[in-house]
Amino acid sequence: MQTPASFEYERATSVEGAIASLERLGSEARIIAGGHSLLPMMKLRLANPEHLIDINDLTELSYIREQGDEVSIGALTRHVDLLKSELLARHFPLFRDAENVIADPVVRNRGTIGGSLCQADAAEDLSAVCSAVKAKAVIRGASGERVVAMADFHVGPYMTAVGAGEMLTEVRIPLRPGGGSAHEKVERRAGDWAIAAASAAVWIEAGKIADVGLALSAVGPTTIHLSRAEELLRGKARSEELFAQAGEIASADCSPSADGRGPIDYKCHLAGVLTTRALRRAATRALNQEA
Amino acid sequence: MHVSISVNGEQVSREIEPRQLLVHFIRETPDLTGTHWGCDTSNCGACVVQMDGQPVKSCTILAAMCEGHEIRTVESLEVNGRLDPIQMGFHEQHALQCGFCTPGMLMTTRALLDENPDPTDQEIRIAISGAICRCTGYKNIVSAVRWAAEYEAAAKQEV
Repeated sequence: MQTPASFEYERATSVEGAIASLERLGSEARIIAGGHSLLPMMKLRLANPEHLIDINDLTELSYIREQGDEVSIGALTRHVDLLKSELLARHFPLFRDAENVIADPVVRNRGTIGGSLCQADAAEDLSAVCSAVKAKAVIRGASGERVVAMADFHVGPYMTAVGAGEMLTEVRIPLRPGGGSAHEKVERRAGDWAIAAASAAVWIEAGKIADVGLALSAVGPTTIHLSRAEELLRGKARSEELFAQAGEIASADCSPSADGRGPIDYKCHLAGVLTTRALRRAATRALNQEA
Repeated sequence: MHVSISVNGEQVSREIEPRQLLVHFIRETPDLTGTHWGCDTSNCGACVVQMDGQPVKSCTILAAMCEGHEIRTVESLEVNGRLDPIQMGFHEQHALQCGFCTPGMLMTTRALLDENPDPTDQEIRIAISGAICRCTGYKNIVSAVRWAAEYEAAAKQEV
């Protein structure tokens, strides 16, 4: 039987209360939301928190809203709600691409965006998705809120910018005209982690790529931000050759390890192919939106 | 810690360790061993129960997290000796052999039909993609869910 080691459990009734508990209990406390990453790690003793603070009652953290020039997503928003959101599908269709292939429908009823990002597993899809659309993470502590760009959110494998006594409360995505996005993933079987996955977002103005975001899952110790490929694309007109070049850079700039999902050369090749496919689809969607 | 959870409409109260998983809380309740404890890693779907009407994997939820929520298990499907149409479908279409995955399959597909009364074969396959059956090859399970959908549609017309 796999059972977590002993811990103390408390149920938060407010965000302020959860933060106060985190401050009081220190580094041995962890927040639990869906629990579909944390509980398996606790069963395997890869995580051994002495206190769990259950935030599932904080329904005020479950929402997807358009506010001014941003889309805001509460940290407790579950995968199933991200999948079904028409607002997200309209502005950032890569969320639906990804959510259709994240775990399985039953797991998606529990897992949350906040949990996925804070788990900071390099193979997890939403970290690449949020990086590509240049999302910002809102982190709250006792002394107030700070906003961190996704590029600075993941500081290492399973490590984030969220400090002791802090929690992720919201993900904000800037809305810009002419945008399109896509997420491409290859997995061994339905519901598995990615062998490799690529997220792309492009913003097209007057026929040129005004800005672009590219990120990879599962092919390095952390989510990989393809800044070299982004630089290549910025300011240029879209073309198949350009997207193929970006794919080549992706193959060169990833650093996968060999495991049951495949050898290194296969994963590098796959990362390139998926980057090109995601870019192509994102650009097509951007042009439809622009028209 | 003391918890009180609504299971199949009845309050079950017990002293537990906070680390107790929902699947074990349910199975340690008299007459509620229908929920199966399978892979323990949220992969196989044998332990699926409904929480507030949504299918969830009870091996990856703490019992403590369920206080204040409605849990329904496979035992709730049969009412007054009458099987739920999804159970009838599994019987009619021979959708089980060893039966280990069946409780989870039933609760997963019952929830599917509650949300989508007329699912396509593909929608059924997606709904059960988090549930593993090593006997049937899934074909008869898909047929059983279609059987139940058609049975319920016909029953609705008769009313």
